[in-house]
Amino acid sequence: MTKTSNVAELQAIAKRIRREIVEMITHAGSGHPGGSLSAVEIVVTLFWDVMRHDPSNPHWPDRDRFILSKGHAAPVLYCALAEWGYTPKSELNTLRKLGSIYQGHPDKRFIPALEASTGSLGEGLSLGIGISLAAKLDSRPSRAYVVLGDGESQEGQIWEAAMFGGDKKVDNLVAIVDYNRIQLDGFVDDIMSLEPLADKWRAFNWHTIELDGHSIPALQAAFAEAERTKGKPTAIIAHTIKGKGVSFMENNPKFHGVAPTEDEMKRALAELN
Amino acid sequence: MQTKTKLELKMGVATREAFGQALVELGRANKDVVALDADLSKSTYTHFFAKEFPERFVECGIAEADMIAIGAGLASSGKLPFAASFSCFAINKGFEQLRVCVAFPNVNLKVVGTHSGISIGEDGPSQMSIEDIGLACSLPNFTVLSPADEIAARALVHAAAAHLGPVFLRTGRPKAPIVHTAGTCFTIGGSFQFNGAQYNGGRDVTIIAHGLLVAEALRAQETLDNEGISARVIDMYSIKPLDRDAIVRAARESGAIVVAEEHLVATGLGVRVAQVVTETNPCPMEFVGIQDTYAESGTPAELMQKYGLTAMDIAAAARRVKARK
Repeated sequence: MTKTSNVAELQAIAKRIRREIVEMITHAGSGHPGGSLSAVEIVVTLFWDVMRHDPSNPHWPDRDRFILSKGHAAPVLYCALAEWGYTPKSELNTLRKLGSIYQGHPDKRFIPALEASTGSLGEGLSLGIGISLAAKLDSRPSRAYVVLGDGESQEGQIWEAAMFGGDKKVDNLVAIVDYNRIQLDGFVDDIMSLEPLADKWRAFNWHTIELDGHSIPALQAAFAEAERTKGKPTAIIAHTIKGKGVSFMENNPKFHGVAPTEDEMKRALAELN
Repeated sequence: MQTKTKLELKMGVATREAFGQALVELGRANKDVVALDADLSKSTYTHFFAKEFPERFVECGIAEADMIAIGAGLASSGKLPFAASFSCFAINKGFEQLRVCVAFPNVNLKVVGTHSGISIGEDGPSQMSIEDIGLACSLPNFTVLSPADEIAARALVHAAAAHLGPVFLRTGRPKAPIVHTAGTCFTIGGSFQFNGAQYNGGRDVTIIAHGLLVAEALRAQETLDNEGISARVIDMYSIKPLDRDAIVRAARESGAIVVAEEHLVATGLGVRVAQVVTETNPCPMEFVGIQDTYAESGTPAELMQKYGLTAMDIAAAARRVKARK
């Protein structure tokens, strides 16, 4: 696996990862396909283009860090780790099975290359701050990228961390909100609206960028802009589609936390060909 | 024939202040030591560290959950962070973060709770931490330490730093009488049995205590000695892991145990000791601690008396447990 900035190549990788996500969650019989599929371009752009990392040296001190604060989207992260050779690709379909390294939510005990064990929502941004502060103390170039859920942003700790990041000018930190507008019980706007979301991040003194979270060129430009931005952390509000890439999953709250059937998997894979 | 002198304990600094002093020593020796606080640094004594190492001091504002998780992030990047607050805030407000960001991934964060127990006095129950030992001990991978005086506190800060894994160190607000002698060795999983002038074999009963109640236990030992009751006192400063051997020996040799602590009896050291005793050498036990209640405002001395945490209460429990043998 090699890094690339070529958009067509990144899109092809994204499509391959979508297939892997659908397959592994179907085999598992449970999981969260919608929020995994919505974050694919974010994860692919980071792992294949933006982040400095080295699978042959997973604990390289100067690496950039990726934290999946919305830990239920573990399959998209597992696919990236497996594609890069951090973990065996052949075992992806053991997801959620007893003894599998691919636990229901990211678990460092099973995958040492993970930066954090997540799954209890609201905690990843604070971890990212700690990691970013450590990099600054050691004068390392490392940057931290934290993917947050939109529903997750209802957690109070997110805003404690947002206040800290803005006040302390943690400018080697990027928060990406996967704003797919659906959470477990339904549409975010019906349950607890986040709006005005970009204004909130700006009010907390974050450099804030809104974009189409499925547009790889837009993500590339935003991550570059974040790296150029000094004195402020960056928040990227990524407007995404839950279940992106599979017509019957798109914008369908059912597929927040329900696995596809065998038949649905076949239809999904046909669409992702 | 009376040969023993009356027990006189010299007053030392508070265990929270000893923590603050030891943290500075650690900071000088190890540049990876980082301190975090949530707007209580003048009370937790992390301000000593902040003054000497401002670049390594992380002021988190009044946001304890954020502080614990930031500390976990620092630890996962190779730092040696100490996160401090009042025990009640660090443990209760940060509990979910202690569980998922620290205990579960076994992250090398040290959490220091100050103002534990009810001896904080006038501030009252919202600031009193009487549940912290139960909560901290319930977390797998966590080590839980409770120093009795400044000597133990300094030594245990260094022991916590040397230990790889999460630690909760419980300290107190008031000045603490010095019960230990300089140079005493304190280890994680260890305990200290007092064999000084007041010790006459400890055949009749063992008093196991931690924190401020160790001094009360020594005073009770003197009272009991004057009545002809031979009591031994153990400072069980390592609450998790426990010194099982010391407990088994106490149960076997004295056949009666009192556990005394400034914590809820329902979830404190006492039940942990009782588990070891029932598994090995069952014997009568009594528990001196806070019953199923919250305390109130008052002077520390008034509160310790009202809620039954004095040498007199320990001596009474010792007489009761001896009678049950």
